[in-house]
Amino acid sequence: MAETTPASIKPAPGTSSKETAVSGTSPGGTPAPGAPPATEYLTLNLGPTHPATHGVFQNILKMDGEIVIDSEQTIGYIHRAFEKIAERRPFYQITTLTDRLNYCSSPLNNMGWHMTVEKLLDIEVPRRAKLLRVIIMELSRIADHLICDSIIGADTGALTGFMYVMEWRELIYEIFESVCGARLTTNIGRIGGFERNFTPETWKKLDTFLKDFPKAFEEFDSLLSRNRIFMDRTMGVGKISAERALAYGTTGPNLRATGVDYDVRVAHPYSAYEEFDFVIPVGVEGSSYDRFMVRQEEIRQSVSIIRQAVAKIGEENPEVFRAEVPDWVLPPKEAVYSSMEALIYHFKIVMGETRVPVRQVYHPIEAANGELGFYLFTDGGRTPSRLHMRRPGFIYYQAYPEMIRGSLLSDAVITLSSLNVIAGELDA
Amino acid sequence: MSNPSQPFQPLSEAKTLSPVEPPPGIGGEGFFATTLDAAVGLARKGSMWPMIYATSCCGIEFMATAGAHYDIGRFGMERFSYSPRQADLLMVMGTVAKKLGPALREIYQQISEPRWVLAVGACASSGGIFDTYSVLQGIDRVIPVDVFVPGCPPRPEQILDGILRVHYLAKHESLRRRDSAEYKALLDHYGIE
Amino acid sequence: MEETLLAELRRVLGDRILSHEADDVPTIVVDAPALYDVVDALYSDENLAFRFLTTLFGMHYPAEAGQGERLGLQVLLYNMRKGQRLRVTCSFPVETPELRSLTPIFPAANWMERESYDFFGIRFAGHPNLKRILNIETMTVFPMRKDFPLEDQSRDDKDDRMFGR
Repeated sequence: MAETTPASIKPAPGTSSKETAVSGTSPGGTPAPGAPPATEYLTLNLGPTHPATHGVFQNILKMDGEIVIDSEQTIGYIHRAFEKIAERRPFYQITTLTDRLNYCSSPLNNMGWHMTVEKLLDIEVPRRAKLLRVIIMELSRIADHLICDSIIGADTGALTGFMYVMEWRELIYEIFESVCGARLTTNIGRIGGFERNFTPETWKKLDTFLKDFPKAFEEFDSLLSRNRIFMDRTMGVGKISAERALAYGTTGPNLRATGVDYDVRVAHPYSAYEEFDFVIPVGVEGSSYDRFMVRQEEIRQSVSIIRQAVAKIGEENPEVFRAEVPDWVLPPKEAVYSSMEALIYHFKIVMGETRVPVRQVYHPIEAANGELGFYLFTDGGRTPSRLHMRRPGFIYYQAYPEMIRGSLLSDAVITLSSLNVIAGELDA
Repeated sequence: MSNPSQPFQPLSEAKTLSPVEPPPGIGGEGFFATTLDAAVGLARKGSMWPMIYATSCCGIEFMATAGAHYDIGRFGMERFSYSPRQADLLMVMGTVAKKLGPALREIYQQISEPRWVLAVGACASSGGIFDTYSVLQGIDRVIPVDVFVPGCPPRPEQILDGILRVHYLAKHESLRRRDSAEYKALLDHYGIE
Repeated sequence: MEETLLAELRRVLGDRILSHEADDVPTIVVDAPALYDVVDALYSDENLAFRFLTTLFGMHYPAEAGQGERLGLQVLLYNMRKGQRLRVTCSFPVETPELRSLTPIFPAANWMERESYDFFGIRFAGHPNLKRILNIETMTVFPMRKDFPLEDQSRDDKDDRMFGR
């Protein structure tokens, strides 16, 4: 779709793939006898509409035959101006925007935003609500990693894994649906906890999931992780060293695949993560295989975390699911129609009459792709004066040209899908 | 088909029917008479190849629709065409930014007639919750749309409902529709040749 | 701000710190022309070693009584070994939105600076590819400034009394 080839990757006139100048050749003319032929680079446009790009972003590749020499990315094809919209929305309405950042794992983004607002307002969340949040966040992380890993498989041609894995995502969707009513863009939770307590059906679905999923996941894993073809296609492909990954601001599974064990849940614990016992999987050489395996192991760790959370919740009062913050959470409708305080709170929340401290808070969480941070600037009014979302996908996608330089086209495709670039997070 | 007023008869007691044997009184090769429109419509709706134009969250719900649980293959649509040249149905799922509009038009123009467009999701239908300077307020501002599926994101059942409505349109479309003056006027309105 | 951190910052930066605060992330305010040298010093110093760029984004401060319209830049640095965050912020008049690009120090700043240019119009000298990243490349206005309208202006079906745009 690029009307013109960007100047940065247009081949300079007279250059060849070998660094030495081609002697005896006139530009565009026939080579002199004995001289190597002049090379013309191919400009290949991958996207924005392309099955290889899982989302709308464009990669313009400069290729010498099958080898990628350089590439340039064009993003912004789904720019929805979240940061500007957020300046006009009260805090509880911004949750729906955060849904649509990394839309494969909306609950993670929602919880990150709620925690940012709780940090702003100094709201202490009860422990049971924190543990419930951990369960929802880890389920969401499993859902995101399942999609990413099965799509890596699908890009190498292994479509079965994708079909198999979607069934388990449906179960996770059902759990989300029983808590908040929506499957994908969940707007789950409220400032201070959850909108309603988990019902017995939710616990039953969660128990079924914890019982059946590990076996099915090992079956999915056995399709790919020791599969000769998959290993040949992903090992050593799209390598990046830890120093370069850090220089590019990479976080999350992509960074852990290079060997750096930075996980926000451990470095800056939030929502009771300090009480949990889990392993941070790291890779070796930062290749696509490492990224795949790190995500696979993180799924297993997430299942373990959910089990621990379910055990810890047994010690807590089962009626508690939210902090007492009537200033920020709409009261139930029956109360609004019958009690004066509920009516007043409802009015104050909808009209935005509650004063907010003037602060500048930053809260990072470990989202599925890395450190998702919200930098919230308030000026006392009902809407933020500036909200900046630190989106991991936007930042580490810059490293892509370096990762694919010198690799084949099909390797470039596998590298792209192993990075888990989600367009909503890229453009916001 | 079973008759509801009769008790259910297990197969072993029913008369054995052979599909090769014609019922008594009927002989020779069979034939059925219908209109060309109906036959072509049936063929078109039964083997529609969708072009998947998934941009955002609705694309993930579409992936769930294509999964085994909701199974889009029941409707003959499991063969996704990633090339617009080989597609019949353009499924636009997700937000389309103004930056992407020209790309969408180009894709639409590359699909050969007969072509249908399904706008899945609130963003594709009308801009959705994003009334912003950068979002195209509905893809029907750049290409003609046949069926809109509202929702944010619509459940897989709703997407399937939209697909079935497109199939209905395809089945009952007149063979002359694409040459009609009304259709040409529609394309002219969008500036598409 | 924590005493040891403040002492270290004073040691490395001296009087380039115009002011400092510590809610929520330790913050120092510097002069816009000095931003590059400050970040470079923070990167190179062995003790402080702020070698990870978490994020970088622009700000817009509309004109108010006593102060003209200004733009700002916020740089969030991180020392991964110690888990220490630091915010370096500066502001400058909207008529002279020139800064020196941080890409030689942090390659991660590349797209972040393009985003700040796209949204606010902050120009970064020395940036390898300073063009719009998220919006249409031929756009002439800077949409994240407060005076730019949020909504699509071509919609005629929304009743402003209902939608309060």
